[in-house]
Amino acid sequence: MNKLGLIISREYLTKVKNWKFILTTLLTPLGFLIFFIVIGIIFSYEGDKKYTIAVINQSEMDLDFPSDNQRFQFVLSSSTLDSLKAQYERSEIDGIWVLPKFSGVEVLDYTCYFYSNKPLDIEHESKLERIMEKSIRHQKIKLLALDENQLKKLDTKVSIDPEPVSATEKDRSAHTIKIATVIGGAMGYVIFFIIFLYGASVMRSVADEKVNRVVELIISSAKPVELMLGKVIGVGLVGLTQILIWLVLLPIIYMVGLQLSGMDVQQLQEASQPMAQQAPMDQEELAVIIREIAGLNWLKIGVVFLLYFLGGYFLYASMFAAIGAATGDDMNDAQSLTIVVTIPILLAIYIMFQAIRLPDSGLAAFASYFPFFSPIVMPALLSFDPPWWKILLSLAILYGFCYAMIWVAGRIYRVGILMYGKKASWKEISKWILRA
Amino acid sequence: MDMESLLELNQVVKDYGGVKAVDHVSFSVPKSCIVGLLGPNGAGKTSLIRIITGITQADSGKILLHGNNIYKIQDPSIGYMPEERGLYKKMKVGEQLVFLTRLRGLSKEDAERSVVGWMKKFEIESWWNKKIEELSKGMSQKVQFIATVSHRPRLIILDEPFSGLDPINTNLIKEEIIRLKNEGASILFSTHRMEQVEEMCEHIILINKGKVVLNGEVQAVRNEFKENLFEVKVENEFSPAPHPGFEFIPVNVQTFHIRISPQHNSNELLQYMIQQGAVIVSFNELLPSFNEIFIKTVNEKSHE
Repeated sequence: MNKLGLIISREYLTKVKNWKFILTTLLTPLGFLIFFIVIGIIFSYEGDKKYTIAVINQSEMDLDFPSDNQRFQFVLSSSTLDSLKAQYERSEIDGIWVLPKFSGVEVLDYTCYFYSNKPLDIEHESKLERIMEKSIRHQKIKLLALDENQLKKLDTKVSIDPEPVSATEKDRSAHTIKIATVIGGAMGYVIFFIIFLYGASVMRSVADEKVNRVVELIISSAKPVELMLGKVIGVGLVGLTQILIWLVLLPIIYMVGLQLSGMDVQQLQEASQPMAQQAPMDQEELAVIIREIAGLNWLKIGVVFLLYFLGGYFLYASMFAAIGAATGDDMNDAQSLTIVVTIPILLAIYIMFQAIRLPDSGLAAFASYFPFFSPIVMPALLSFDPPWWKILLSLAILYGFCYAMIWVAGRIYRVGILMYGKKASWKEISKWILRA
Repeated sequence: MDMESLLELNQVVKDYGGVKAVDHVSFSVPKSCIVGLLGPNGAGKTSLIRIITGITQADSGKILLHGNNIYKIQDPSIGYMPEERGLYKKMKVGEQLVFLTRLRGLSKEDAERSVVGWMKKFEIESWWNKKIEELSKGMSQKVQFIATVSHRPRLIILDEPFSGLDPINTNLIKEEIIRLKNEGASILFSTHRMEQVEEMCEHIILINKGKVVLNGEVQAVRNEFKENLFEVKVENEFSPAPHPGFEFIPVNVQTFHIRISPQHNSNELLQYMIQQGAVIVSFNELLPSFNEIFIKTVNEKSHE
């Protein structure tokens, strides 16, 4: 085995065989699952208290109480407010709801009163308001002598279906853009996550060798650049291993979790997305979406995704390696140096969100060529089907820049790893790059 | 070139931003020889060692190993122990030694065989699966030494090998250095400790401010620096008459240091003393210690 291979395999094996790696790899998906279930439970949590409410109805309307009275129990009362107030402390009543007289269809604002020593929470208050709004609507329909069925016919759902002009372009459904946005965002996010996590791991590993002083022994038998690349590749492979394991584990844990919790998929989705009060998707729409996803050019997306992933990872990981080499014996020093790397990555992720919203904007065009942003932004734009020449140009810029960055990082690295003690300043680092 | 030399440096220069850390250094290391590399702090010892080990490259000059450009040799047979010792803390002893040995160009099988051999020799086979962080300092020093020599290098370079070593390990490593030399390897080590130079080295190179200021065999260097000074102890009370060839410096009543002028020799001194009535108990030449040679040379050169 050559030296690069030896260094890669050492880096890979020591990391993968570490119990911390095994533990985080196995527990992270489980942790996520538990996290989402807990979030779902928190949001779906309904107060278990049942309110008993005395209603004094002076509105002369039929009230439209909801059919399931799990949260409220309404008691229509014929007593006066004063006598109910007098009984309040002793009785089971939580509140007295007074509905004043309703004067007719011209009323646009209607105020009713809720007497209680404990004010209602927002959710219950709005529930009562909904009940009243509905009742008034029915009353108005009755007073205006309108037909409920005709009213329903007034609502129309409108959607725009994009159609191509030239025959060579692909026909898309109304969902294309939404799907592209979601898939693109997910891919950009995955690349961001990997670069950040494993790049930082490369930095720690380099700084560790420097602090341990083992680096001097290694580079007396291998070239510094071999050691640096070995590290970058080794950690990258660790990352890929972890992601592959997650890809296999996630569905398994998901299914097992469902079995254990006794919830079916529908319930879990409802539990985890209570905020998204979306209308239930009908079967036809679902079929269109699935067809749309299946119809994407997955080979192109896959290959290009991988190329951007590699370019982006090498670019940022080599920068992280250089920073690791420039740190002193106290690894916390690295903070001020890492800013140079973390700021472009963070900017890239924000630009990505903006770019998938406005894929034809100048910002998106710039970011898809600018090498610090393109590894995250361009994959996100892939499902909008950019032309090949744009992808190739962007990749060429990325890889050219990546090569230059590895060269620069290599120069910082080979000097930095032998400078023991204090963290290097930017001035020193620039000297190292220029030194022959 | 001299066929007997293993390593040869010729006009090697290394400049760090205007400061010449290594300034036209030339010397050679003979085969099967222990060479001491001496010099005050900041003289350029570590810079020089890093150039020989290929960690940094010289700006100009030639470095030949077995007569070939050292940078062009794939896996030059060099063992190196840096002054700043270090191993992977989280790695197991056996794994780590095999990795480092393979990195020096040995096959997996050869590396394993050699590491097992050395660990048996130092009676530390039972540490194979221990992590470095679990070992004491003395224990990891043994591992570090094995990492230096496990690939059977012809040239072993040790930067301050005895600093921080306990007496037992110092002795162990001293013995190993001598044994390796007897098996044909050459050892170049830097040190501050002059008694080790006197005890072990056959050849010394003294550098100061990046330049070689003294280079030669230990005995030859000593002879070069000797001042014809002798110490004589007598039994009786003795007060010699002055003699133009012998300068008597009394140390105490019965001990004298005598400097002999070049026209005379030690036999003549003894004859003169006996004739003057001295009853001689002991007689020996006072050779300068390496400490003195070191300080003298460094001071002389820096006042030039």
